[in-house]
Amino acid sequence: MRLYFKYMSIHLKSQMQYRTSFFLMSFGQFFIPFMVFGGLYLMFERFGQLKGWSFFEVALCFSVIHLSFSLSECFARGFDAFSSLVGKGDFDRLLVRPRSAALQVLGSKFEFTRIGRLLQSGIVFIWSVSNLPGLWTFPKLLALLFMVFNGLLIFTGIFILAATFCFWTIQALEVANVFTDGGREMAQYPLNIYEKGVTRFFTFIIPFGCVSYLPLMYILDKREGDMLLPLLMPFGGALFLIPCLLIWRIGVKHYRSTGS
Amino acid sequence: MRAYASIWRLRFINGMQYRAAALAGIATQLFFGFVFIMIFAAFYASSTGETPISLQDLITYVWLQQIFLSFIMLWFRDQELFDLITGGNIAYELCRPLELYPHWYAKLLAQRFASAVLRCFPLLTIIFIIPEPYRMSLPPSIASFVLFIVTLLLGLLVVVAISMMIYISVFWTMSPIGSILMISVVGEFLAGMIIPVPLMPKWLQTIAYILPFRWTTDFPFRVYSGHIPVSEALWGIGIQLLWLLILVLAGRALMGRALRSVVVQGG
Repeated sequence: MRLYFKYMSIHLKSQMQYRTSFFLMSFGQFFIPFMVFGGLYLMFERFGQLKGWSFFEVALCFSVIHLSFSLSECFARGFDAFSSLVGKGDFDRLLVRPRSAALQVLGSKFEFTRIGRLLQSGIVFIWSVSNLPGLWTFPKLLALLFMVFNGLLIFTGIFILAATFCFWTIQALEVANVFTDGGREMAQYPLNIYEKGVTRFFTFIIPFGCVSYLPLMYILDKREGDMLLPLLMPFGGALFLIPCLLIWRIGVKHYRSTGS
Repeated sequence: MRAYASIWRLRFINGMQYRAAALAGIATQLFFGFVFIMIFAAFYASSTGETPISLQDLITYVWLQQIFLSFIMLWFRDQELFDLITGGNIAYELCRPLELYPHWYAKLLAQRFASAVLRCFPLLTIIFIIPEPYRMSLPPSIASFVLFIVTLLLGLLVVVAISMMIYISVFWTMSPIGSILMISVVGEFLAGMIIPVPLMPKWLQTIAYILPFRWTTDFPFRVYSGHIPVSEALWGIGIQLLWLLILVLAGRALMGRALRSVVVQGG
């Protein structure tokens, strides 16, 4: 763990060397989800509500997913850029070091410019929470925190899975974007608006439902139940990481260097 | 003219090589198309009032957006051209017996066109056979289909002219990221990428109508579904031509100024 923070501080220092470019990028990263959120706002202005969900409830859903996504893009970027590591044969270097390969890949890149995106989702989060007074109890806020954290783990899991395929294909698979960008795009709305099959896939296979829709039902009092349930539910997201890491291990075993 | 045509042809053939990327793109676009349609359908299901565009027209709109994504995306960029400017290799480009503006214009046009051609046929076959309500509908008349093709191609010319402006701006800023990001995010929004133009509130529609972005794709897509009637479409073609003229003339003038004071970056 100490090693991970060491990696982090080195990357922070190196990215801070290009300050203007850093701020421009961060500003741009702020702007992109801002426009998407603007679209969401305008849709609600026209239609009023979405299958019984009010604007602030959907905004909360949106911000939880976007917080997780921006955090995972910031910290798990190493896996996202993994294909170049394999393609150039640099992965060999990591393997000979006496530390876990996953940790080193994780530490190989950080995108601190995602702070712009993080800031934007943070503002939406605070705005929507402050407009939903029913939320202001300790267990509910704690559950929200768990949701963001486990969402981060799900996105990281997808990044790892996509990176693992590089062992066989060498190239990055763009189809993985369906699950990261696409998953984000889907899970920012409550999952019940989609077709049944899609909802099931994103609840049981890739458990976005566990970190957004299902606990939100309880938190927003749409369904009666013990508060214990939404507190535990988000950890379904953490379960997703386990098979991902297992597949990663298999991948590392099968790794054949490109030799360049 | 023949030189530029052959540059276009070369680039087009080059663009057609990226078939695996296109396949991945098709999968992604199908997925996003479905997601957007489901979101819009859910909004429509919970609305009671009058809507400015029917769900059927909107579904067609979403699919056309996905098929002709390369006609909208201002992000669609040629790193090579940026590197030419920031890396100093522009000096070689200036030595060629070709004018720079049409040369780059032909290149950019070919890239976008190739990307769309690669994707459009497989996507079209799929979205015409998938079950209702996701299936795309046919245009209401032959006239609107013909007008759709004309306006779409004109829209492509406009979007390339806009993106030329972005490339030219790099002569001054030297850093492509800032200028592109701003123009492309705002431009794509006003072209109806995030929410379709007819669903925007009035004040925003006014802004969108004044600026060139919506003439690139929003306009042809609505001509296709008949949401914009034929007579109105003819007027629109005039406005498209006007924008094209303004953007190309302004782009050439700016580029001329940029080149007069160009500092070739060493390297």
